[in-house]
Amino acid sequence: MIQKLFFAGSGGQGVILMGQMIAYASMYENKEVTFLPSYGPEMRGGTANCTVVVSDKPVSCPLVYEADVVVAMNLPSMTRFESLVKPGGMLFYNSSLIPQKPTRTDIQTIPVPANDIAMEMGNSRAANMVMLGAVAHGSGVAGDEALDKILAKVFSGKKAALLDLNRKAFHAYSAQ
Amino acid sequence: MTEKVLMKGNEAFAEAAMRGGCRFYFGYPITPQSEIPEYMSRELPKRGGCFVQAESELGAINMTYGAGAAGGCVFISSSSPGIALMQEGLSFMASAEVPAVILNVSRCGPGIGGIQPGQADYFQATRGGGNGDYHIPVFAPYNMQEAVNLIYEAPSLAYKWRTPVIILADGMMGQMMEPVALPPEKPALEAKDIASQADWAITGYDDRGGPQNRRVVKSLRLQPEALEEHVEHLFARYAKAAPEFTRYEAIGLEDAEIVFVAYGTIARLTLEVMDMLAEQGIKAGLIRPISLWPFPEEAFDKIGPATKVVISAELSKGQLLDDVKRAVCGRFPVELIYRTGGIIPTSLEVTEKAKAILEGLQ
Repeated sequence: MIQKLFFAGSGGQGVILMGQMIAYASMYENKEVTFLPSYGPEMRGGTANCTVVVSDKPVSCPLVYEADVVVAMNLPSMTRFESLVKPGGMLFYNSSLIPQKPTRTDIQTIPVPANDIAMEMGNSRAANMVMLGAVAHGSGVAGDEALDKILAKVFSGKKAALLDLNRKAFHAYSAQ
Repeated sequence: MTEKVLMKGNEAFAEAAMRGGCRFYFGYPITPQSEIPEYMSRELPKRGGCFVQAESELGAINMTYGAGAAGGCVFISSSSPGIALMQEGLSFMASAEVPAVILNVSRCGPGIGGIQPGQADYFQATRGGGNGDYHIPVFAPYNMQEAVNLIYEAPSLAYKWRTPVIILADGMMGQMMEPVALPPEKPALEAKDIASQADWAITGYDDRGGPQNRRVVKSLRLQPEALEEHVEHLFARYAKAAPEFTRYEAIGLEDAEIVFVAYGTIARLTLEVMDMLAEQGIKAGLIRPISLWPFPEEAFDKIGPATKVVISAELSKGQLLDDVKRAVCGRFPVELIYRTGGIIPTSLEVTEKAKAILEGLQ
């Protein structure tokens, strides 16, 4: 079993963190994993994306030319990376910021109003955790137990006060 | 079994160097390896080590020459054009037999080039960008764990054979995260023990009875006979060290129609290509050089009669190909699959190109 995931959005939306958390959680589940961020002359507001490969066997190639799961946090990301989803794969898109529907019909498309849900909870910056929950539950890539451990790790120390909010955000989409 | 941690490549490389005993780092930031000086500046002082942000790569390599000549265990890193600036110092160090570990988290060139991963520093690393008759052993890991293991081992090899050792990685390896088991901390060589452990290091002659017992580290030899003798001495040592440095992995060479030769990032991708070809009934094998110099020529003797073509797969325009041709030595057709300029091909692209090459032969 090998799952290839691709997360894309604009810098500051937390797409790199989403990918890292899936990678950490999968490692805790004793799976083989690679996490590869795009890097370049990038800045806040620019594009950000990362690739995560989760497998039962050692990962031969950390790059993907077709992904089981693509996550698009904004419109430019969806336009650019919709084609990366392999036939039968899943496209999660942030319907709060993406007014149009995906064009592909040979894939599952899942609209997630990530910013709206996060805003209702009082902090739109938790949109990435809303999306992370939707992706984890929808694709089954990593279990709640492992992801909860990572949530506690990410939101510790100075960020400990944000743990409850982000935990709720993580479960918000599935709770709807 | 040590517990695995998920680490960014650059940070894992820095950690491995310190655990391998390195206590000196001199560097100047350059993408895609700037996390290394950042990590070193934070972690090296905690271990009693010395971090200096040099004014340039020239400064860094000459600080390395100096600290290394005094017996210090030095690890430095940079990326392609930064490593280019260091070539003079590397030639001097090779001549003066000063050990150090140099990591190139390579990008693409020529010139300032771009910052995406490339392998176009193959000639720079294996042929020597500096002047004169010398070589520097080069290791090229293909994943995080192998990189960590080689960086950890490199200081002791550098010391044993009194030579700089180059680790050639690339931007993708530096930037990606992967679980890695970190090796245990080796005790660092303490200043008071250097004079006895390294009988060449410049440590001051007070304990050795005065200037008649002074030690000299130099690369200047004006007498042609003396210089020729020195070069012969260096090359005799290379020959003696070669078995310890020569490393490779050979996968599925028996009955392979196609034998790929690939190192580093593209070797990883080639493993996926081999699976894709197997699904289409084409058996492919892989020779993965782990040492680029010395080049593992003996691996090519294992290629069997079923092989129709040997393909050099690289992120450079036919640099590895030169060594592949030399090692194959006319026994099989040799072809090239490459992308350059910072582009990594997809496994699908390499698979299609390999199939086209195979069909073209028939």
